[in-house]
Amino acid sequence: MDAGFLLVQSLSGLASASSLFIIASGLTLVFGVTRIVNFAHGSFYMLGAYMAVTVVPWLLEIERSPWLFFVGVLISAAVVGLLGVAMELLLLRRIYKVPELFQLLATFGVVLMVQDAVLKIWGPVDITGPRAPGLRHGVEIMGQRFPAYELFLICAGPAVLGALWLLMHRTRFGVLIRAATRDREMVGALGVNQAMLFTGTLFLGAFLAGLGGALQIPRVSASAQMDLSIITEVFVVTVIGGMGSVTGAFLAAVLIGQLQAFGVLVFPKITLVLVFLLMAVVLVVKPWGLLGKPEPAAGRATLPEGILHPRGFALPEKLLAALAVAAALAVPVFGDAYAVKVATEVLVFALAAFSLHFLVGNGGIVSFGHAAYFGLGAYASGLLVVRLGVPMEPALLVAPVAGAAFAFLFGFFVVRLSGIYLAMLTLAFAQIAYAVCFQWVEVTGGDNGLVGVWPSAWATSRHVYHYIVAAGAIAGIVALRHVIYAPFGATLRAARDSAPRADAIGIDVRTHQLLGFTMAGGAAGLAGGLYAFSKGSIDPTMLAIPMSVDFLAMILLGGIQTVMGAVVGAGAFHAIKDIFMPLTDYWRFLLGASIIALVLLFPRGLGGAFASVRARVAAEPARA
Amino acid sequence: MSDTVLQVEQLAAGYGPAEVLFGVALVLRRGEVAALMGRNGAGKSTTLKTIMGLLPPRAGRVRLAGQDITGWAPYRIARLGLGYVPEERRIFTDLTVAENLEVGRRPAQPGREAWTPEKLFAIFPNLAEMRRRRASAMSGGEQQMLTIARTLMGNPDAVLLDEPSEGLAPVIVELMAEAVLRMKEEGIAVLLSEQNLDFAAAVADRAYVIEKGSIRFQGSMAALEADEAIRQAYLTV
Ligand SMILES: Nc1ncnc2c1ncn2[C@@H]1O[C@H](COP(=O)(O)OP(=O)(O)OP(=O)(O)O)[C@@H](O)[C@H]1O
Ligand SMILES: [Mg+2]
Repeated sequence: MDAGFLLVQSLSGLASASSLFIIASGLTLVFGVTRIVNFAHGSFYMLGAYMAVTVVPWLLEIERSPWLFFVGVLISAAVVGLLGVAMELLLLRRIYKVPELFQLLATFGVVLMVQDAVLKIWGPVDITGPRAPGLRHGVEIMGQRFPAYELFLICAGPAVLGALWLLMHRTRFGVLIRAATRDREMVGALGVNQAMLFTGTLFLGAFLAGLGGALQIPRVSASAQMDLSIITEVFVVTVIGGMGSVTGAFLAAVLIGQLQAFGVLVFPKITLVLVFLLMAVVLVVKPWGLLGKPEPAAGRATLPEGILHPRGFALPEKLLAALAVAAALAVPVFGDAYAVKVATEVLVFALAAFSLHFLVGNGGIVSFGHAAYFGLGAYASGLLVVRLGVPMEPALLVAPVAGAAFAFLFGFFVVRLSGIYLAMLTLAFAQIAYAVCFQWVEVTGGDNGLVGVWPSAWATSRHVYHYIVAAGAIAGIVALRHVIYAPFGATLRAARDSAPRADAIGIDVRTHQLLGFTMAGGAAGLAGGLYAFSKGSIDPTMLAIPMSVDFLAMILLGGIQTVMGAVVGAGAFHAIKDIFMPLTDYWRFLLGASIIALVLLFPRGLGGAFASVRARVAAEPARA
Repeated sequence: MSDTVLQVEQLAAGYGPAEVLFGVALVLRRGEVAALMGRNGAGKSTTLKTIMGLLPPRAGRVRLAGQDITGWAPYRIARLGLGYVPEERRIFTDLTVAENLEVGRRPAQPGREAWTPEKLFAIFPNLAEMRRRRASAMSGGEQQMLTIARTLMGNPDAVLLDEPSEGLAPVIVELMAEAVLRMKEEGIAVLLSEQNLDFAAAVADRAYVIEKGSIRFQGSMAALEADEAIRQAYLTV
């Protein structure tokens, strides 16, 4: 490894850093002003690339000039900026005051909708863009050839940083953005129409994402997977840099670019893990990131968010629960094979969703990466069976242990944070787990996963296995429900509602939350193990972001204020998915739209809607 | 009544389950300074926040310049000519003094001379020397001057001023009193929340006394000073 090689390696790290920064700066600006972490930022990036591969070739037809290339890039970015405006007007405007979890879910709904829209418009095949005229050659640097376009990108990042600095310090719009980042309510009290400010910010943020995407087209082809792969990286950059800090995002992007450029030489398989480790370390040392500031207290949503006072089951509820259990047990007797399969899956997801609800609803710990523990449980069982020939029974016992162990490990870092930072860190850990399962092909089978995760001979029949799942899921749910009603559960609720107060009366909040996180991880791991044997295989979708979102949608659907809502939500969600998914080519679009509708119309879930209808009916005679 | 700038009727408000205001009524006339006096927790700040639209009113009405502004968004109320200086000051700490003033800037009504940073620096000379300084590096008194100056940049007809003398050194308190009188001179009506009777007596024409979310006394400042019983009952001396 000579100096020239190292230099070129470092330069390519800088080029990636530039791109990453341009995208991340948009996310961090939008977060600073609106306090919303916009999942759809990755979709804007993807749309920027798709726009560019459409617009730029068309312009280059007219004349192959470098200028037209960049005009095309800017047009693409501006179109995406307008889409950002549309998103603000139609969606964000309605959710500024709702809890973070709902905001994240709603913007993820947009991600799903855009994915299907992109597939519909541009088709499933990746589209390779044109290269930039005038920048197609290589440049000789210390005996190594280095693409001129990459050199251009290296300059683009600092140029955007400079332009943003001027905008932020030399224009009224920029000064207002900076003021609103600290205290948007006060900005309103001074006569500034926040709505305009927010719309403008969304334009800028989406423009930057679109610009980042459009500038990528000579390097990577536009594909429908770009959104989720970039969004995790961008989350990491903004979190390390400090949410809301543009300069911080630049520093973090450079740091990560270099880490990846050199990490790939040392540990080619686990560069992603290195990046996430960096993030975990930064967050533990500086919980608000390198240049971030603590969340301003003013303007935070204070809706009751979670289970308030758990009541025990009254008689009708006891009957309902007994009926539900009876129904779950009766399916193999009366139902056909398909019904048994669906019932088995509903039970699995009920346990997984309930374990997440235990964290979110009862503990206020909004995990956005709960699929990690589910998936790790599945992989633990699956790998034992396939790679080591371990029989089902012990392998199934290992699943909750693996889920709990990783939950303990990750939770150690997670419980040090709160709010949106906590959600982002859980997501980051889940992506580490995903990356390892995805990249470590020799062991995990990579993208394809592994087949042959079958139950022991006595349990191979769907019917018998259904009873195993029923036993595991019901036992898990009953156990966690017990914990919710026990003093430990009340302590978690106290910590959720006011960590400082709980600390003051001598509760060790972190230890309690870590224990809660570990329990939830264990239950999710068990669900994952049960799921692996029911499918006979494992694959990385089991711990991918969409799986985490499915779990969140389940608890949202059930209502996060009711204890058993998650179980109902899991059943309803899975049933809906099973019925509608085969019927439509636009399942994701439908799911995304439903999540958004749920957030806008029934923020308290089906359970909550039911409860409020009942309350209204009960209040009616009093009013008459 | 054209000389009434602000009229509050039967205003009720609170935080979550806690009811704080119970039917507060008061008026502010053109060009006058009125003091809203009361102990800690009496509901002074809550009254001002509710008038400004920062807290939703649960009952009652607020009229500004003849218009019913009940339930309006704060930015619309500000644009109609009401300025608000919060008790916690809420300076934008990442911004410089000049930038803080820029955030507050709004055009003056036609025919009226607009406030400029220069005019404000004449009232608050300390600020003039620190235009480029970040607000986070300012003393409490300097921040208090800045928050008033920032509100005046919006060229309001009336200002809600929440405890401008709180926690400040006597010299600065005097400067605040001068500033309030200067606003009055410019024809701006001021509704001032205060615990400090001396400060209120120095600047206010009329006084309201609030206790547990209701107005218990209203009258001229002189009448309040003369009424020993009211002062004993509702104001800490
Ligand atoms: N954000 C809040 N949430 C809940 N209760 C509040 C809040 N702010 C004030 N209160 C309560 O409302 C009541 C009135 O408070 P307010 O701030 O209006 O009093 P004040 O007269 O301005 O007192 P001070 O002189 O201390 O500023 C108090 O009992 C207070 O505890
Ligand atoms: Mg007060």
